[in-house]
Amino acid sequence: MQIHSKTGWYWLFLLPFIGTLWPPLFASYRPTLAGFPFMYWYLILWIFLVAILSGIIYFIDTH
Amino acid sequence: MYWSAFIVFLILFVLVTVLGFYAARWHHGDMDLIEEWGLAGRRFGTFVTWFLLGGDLYTAYTFIAVPALVYGAGAFGFFAVPYTIVVFPIMYIVMPRLWRVSKQRNYVTAADFVRGRFDSSLLALAVAVTGILATMPYIALQLTGIQAVLTAMGLSGHGLMKDLPLIIAFVILAAYTYTSGLRAPALTAILKDLLIYVTVIVACIAIPMQLGGYGHIFHVAAAALPAKKGSLILSPKLFSAFATLALGSAFALLLYPHAVTGSLGAKSGRTIQRNAALLPLYSLALTFIALLGYMAIAAGIHTTDTNLVVPLLFLKTLPTWFAGFAFGAIAIGALVPAAIMAIAAANLFTRNIYREYFAAKTGRNREAQVAKIVGMIVIIGALFFIVVIPLQYAIYFQTLGGIWILQTVPAIMFGLYTRWFHRWALLLGWLVGMVVGTGMAAAESFKTSLYPLHFGHSVILAYAGIWAIIANIVVTVVLSLIFNGMRVSNGQDDTAAEDYTTEPVEGAAAR
Repeated sequence: MQIHSKTGWYWLFLLPFIGTLWPPLFASYRPTLAGFPFMYWYLILWIFLVAILSGIIYFIDTH
Repeated sequence: MYWSAFIVFLILFVLVTVLGFYAARWHHGDMDLIEEWGLAGRRFGTFVTWFLLGGDLYTAYTFIAVPALVYGAGAFGFFAVPYTIVVFPIMYIVMPRLWRVSKQRNYVTAADFVRGRFDSSLLALAVAVTGILATMPYIALQLTGIQAVLTAMGLSGHGLMKDLPLIIAFVILAAYTYTSGLRAPALTAILKDLLIYVTVIVACIAIPMQLGGYGHIFHVAAAALPAKKGSLILSPKLFSAFATLALGSAFALLLYPHAVTGSLGAKSGRTIQRNAALLPLYSLALTFIALLGYMAIAAGIHTTDTNLVVPLLFLKTLPTWFAGFAFGAIAIGALVPAAIMAIAAANLFTRNIYREYFAAKTGRNREAQVAKIVGMIVIIGALFFIVVIPLQYAIYFQTLGGIWILQTVPAIMFGLYTRWFHRWALLLGWLVGMVVGTGMAAAESFKTSLYPLHFGHSVILAYAGIWAIIANIVVTVVLSLIFNGMRVSNGQDDTAAEDYTTEPVEGAAAR
């Protein structure tokens, strides 16, 4: 079976690269959340975002 | 000697041994074929692939080394988080193409693909040798995970007695890898990760409760880190190092032979893509494992052997029997990737060195037999490495290994999309990258993988692998322009465009 991925959507995958590999965006202590300094909860948030993003792109790819 | 911890540890170890040998009967296949032994017949679904790749990418060494780095350096150690975030988009896009072309053309290794794509056994040899060289010290380092927990439990003898537990563990590992192939780490990975997740969840709730909560832990760490020349928040002079190390490590991770083997064991390209969306759960676990470094600071753990940070923290803050449970998880976490790495190295040796140069007419049965024996030799070799050679050398080699693996990106990853690059340009680019990367690491006495490059008056501190891959790509592009312009033969492409997009029909019975 030939598959036809909608590869245009793959550009969205640039977002986690920009979001997590540009430290000026997140290298700060405040605001804290539940005791976690910003840098830490921000990066944890991105773990969820990248999973959700991959899930969405998988859905677009297969429908 | 912590007996209750040791007994729990021993029970888990026996359990994993039984599973390892039992795995040979799982999803029955003809173990005399290299595709069955070395890739488990390319039949693993989403669930097993998730555990296999998770067990593969998050090793015991990670569980020991990442918190150790955080304990000593603070925020910089958290480069592991963006690293394991950006790896998944790369995996989603690239690995299904490699899986599909490998399925169509019966490739077992990335070097098989390079050989078929570029009609160059020399380029394939470069990829294979890079993979094997990078994998050997990685297997050896898995042993340090086991060593750390054994030492923490008080199991330390002298001379041969000191290494005996390790030797027993690795001989058992070699035996069931021989009989069960990739099925062994796949099945044991399921047990391993259940143990790891239970450990992480318990540790990250129970330990902060004792220590006064995460807020307090961060406060204590913030106060203690400057004395160790670290910091709780990444300092601007480390921005470029942090980002390049994360980016370079992510690209390198997927091209390690064990990651390729784990991916090719899946039953479809879509299986890999589903996993790219599901695997970040491991990144979450890794983040909390990294935080154990701060918990150790807050718990007042003082040790110069930073490998012991996590084991000592567990013994100090958790019930002894549960520490044994956690140690079992770490030890099994060493055996799973060690098995996959040995299998991957064996596949590379058999397909791209033995068959290519020593026995061109090797039958398929003979191929599997050679791979099984090489797999054993690799494991025993790693054991020898760690028992005889000082640990520090294994760590140096592992640092170099990452830089080296990154140099195969143009041949493999770019090669999946285009044949514009010339095979000789790719080979020379690889060579330049290897020399530049190794040279930079040597200039830093192999103590760090970071290298400060001077541009006029400014200095940029970055991962040596990134500097090397830049040199590699520049050489590859310039020489491709020249060779293509001079019409130097670029060989025959063994693959067709539709090979990269042909997917088995979902739900069809496994072969």
